[in-house]
Amino acid sequence: MASEAAFDELRDLYQEVILDHGRHPRNHRRLDDADRSAKGDNPMCGDRVEVFLRLAPDGRIAEASFDGRGCAISQASASLMTELVAGRTPAEASSIGAALRILARTGSCPVCEGETRAAMERLAPLGGVSEYPSRVKCATLAWHALDAALTEDGLAGEGRASTE
Amino acid sequence: MSDASTLDRAAVLDVTAIRREFPILSEQVRGKPLVFLDSAASAQKPRAVIAAMVHAMEHQYANVHRGLHWMSERATEAYEAARDAAQGLLGAASRDEIVFVRNTTEGINLVAHSYGRAMLKPGDAVLISAMEHHSNIVPWQMLRDSHGTELRVAPVTDQGELDMPAFEALLADGRVKLVAITHMSNVLGTYTPVERVIALAHAAGAKVMLDGSQAVVHRRVDVQALGCDFYVFTGHKLYGPTGIGVLWGRAELLEAMPPFLGGGDMISSVSFERSEWARVPHKFEAGTPAIIEGIGLRAAIDWTLALGWDRVAAHEQALTDHALARLSAIEGLRIIGSAQDRGGVVSFTLDGVHAHDVATILDRQGIAVRAGQHCAEPLMRRFGLDSTARASFAAYTTLSEIDYLAEQLARVRAFFR
Repeated sequence: MASEAAFDELRDLYQEVILDHGRHPRNHRRLDDADRSAKGDNPMCGDRVEVFLRLAPDGRIAEASFDGRGCAISQASASLMTELVAGRTPAEASSIGAALRILARTGSCPVCEGETRAAMERLAPLGGVSEYPSRVKCATLAWHALDAALTEDGLAGEGRASTE
Repeated sequence: MSDASTLDRAAVLDVTAIRREFPILSEQVRGKPLVFLDSAASAQKPRAVIAAMVHAMEHQYANVHRGLHWMSERATEAYEAARDAAQGLLGAASRDEIVFVRNTTEGINLVAHSYGRAMLKPGDAVLISAMEHHSNIVPWQMLRDSHGTELRVAPVTDQGELDMPAFEALLADGRVKLVAITHMSNVLGTYTPVERVIALAHAAGAKVMLDGSQAVVHRRVDVQALGCDFYVFTGHKLYGPTGIGVLWGRAELLEAMPPFLGGGDMISSVSFERSEWARVPHKFEAGTPAIIEGIGLRAAIDWTLALGWDRVAAHEQALTDHALARLSAIEGLRIIGSAQDRGGVVSFTLDGVHAHDVATILDRQGIAVRAGQHCAEPLMRRFGLDSTARASFAAYTTLSEIDYLAEQLARVRAFFR
């Protein structure tokens, strides 16, 4: 279709994986038996996301989910996050989040190594937001909430994060 | 739809000639010609404004109101000419009723802080509407919390109009002493029926402050004919620079009000024991003012007035009618608000596509729209929305830009499907 072709230049930002996860976000539900949760706010645009984590006995993240509405970028990022952090330790999850923030800001992540590197390959499509500074926070919102969920406050479900 | 008559009316304003006066409109954005549909956030600047500011800095700049030298006198003349221009723009009785502020937000804060604390008593109520910008909500909440006034909110209807029976009912107990309300919604484009609002408020013993940020760009405002008590607007939406706005107040009210900020320029004498306030309006203008910006504002006002209000209004109406017709024909597009009396601001949502994605895709086509809550979170909630995209128009906006917007919007959903 001609209109699709006309938007070809948008494929750098809206790659298929983002459109897919944006349309059909995975793990988009509240976890009733969550051990940790936190809310993330982007006051600039009104997007809100809540992240839920269930931890395994060894402290790893057994299951992650999220609730909330937002743009395709924020939904896709949250969806990919819930898939990528499952089975990882909180420290690993946080380091992926830190790498994602660099990727979103700069479009690449030269410092990403090891386990993080493999995860970052799946998140690479989110690097497209680096060309759109006002959209960087859409990509990082859920990861801010993840960090908050992993703090003491997250334990009581009182975690709060803001992109500002 | 009557395309021909729409075009005829639009032709009354020579938009092609107007566009040549705005250097920025020939810029390319992401490889596409700029289509600037975000003028309600801030308007672009004509050469007349740019030139006036540059001329001031190159030829007649010094501090104002104090230098006993040639340059200061020239700068003071040029800056004070802005007060005359603002008086003319608003139809004020006296130039001394024009108080320069940084922007609308500061003007409203001045009224809340100075008039609010001195003239309102704890238990008195301030009445706003559900379609206010945050700048006309938060100062009144702060006054409520520090001073014990009540804050009342008049609802808006599903059409996005002020609910007049509810507004009247909120005035009924006589405790509302100030109505602070927008003249035109920055989200819905609705014009408030200000004549009726003022008549009802005055009959109930309340003063009226109008937020004219949007309205002053599109319609002739005559504060004496309206009969309001305060009117506030900002320069940068009126094709002028940022950092300068106007608070107009009735002389007797301004005289009775205490100063807002203290410092130089707002006093007539100072000792360590006490100070005497300067006369109005200088009492409210502490410190070195925005001199260059004032000179730019004067040029912006002159430029706007030279367009002719009838032509500006006809142009805005033509653009708005055209936008409503073109956008409402797009499948899945919902326009927020359907007020009878509305102007060149159109907010909308698109089924299945978040407003930010809409804005980014349009941006990639060179189109600037705003997306989000538009500093009006309570109004968004009233309509059950997280965010909308908003297209807003100015004297330089063309019908073909709106056609281009509609064409690109029609493609957005296909992309996300």
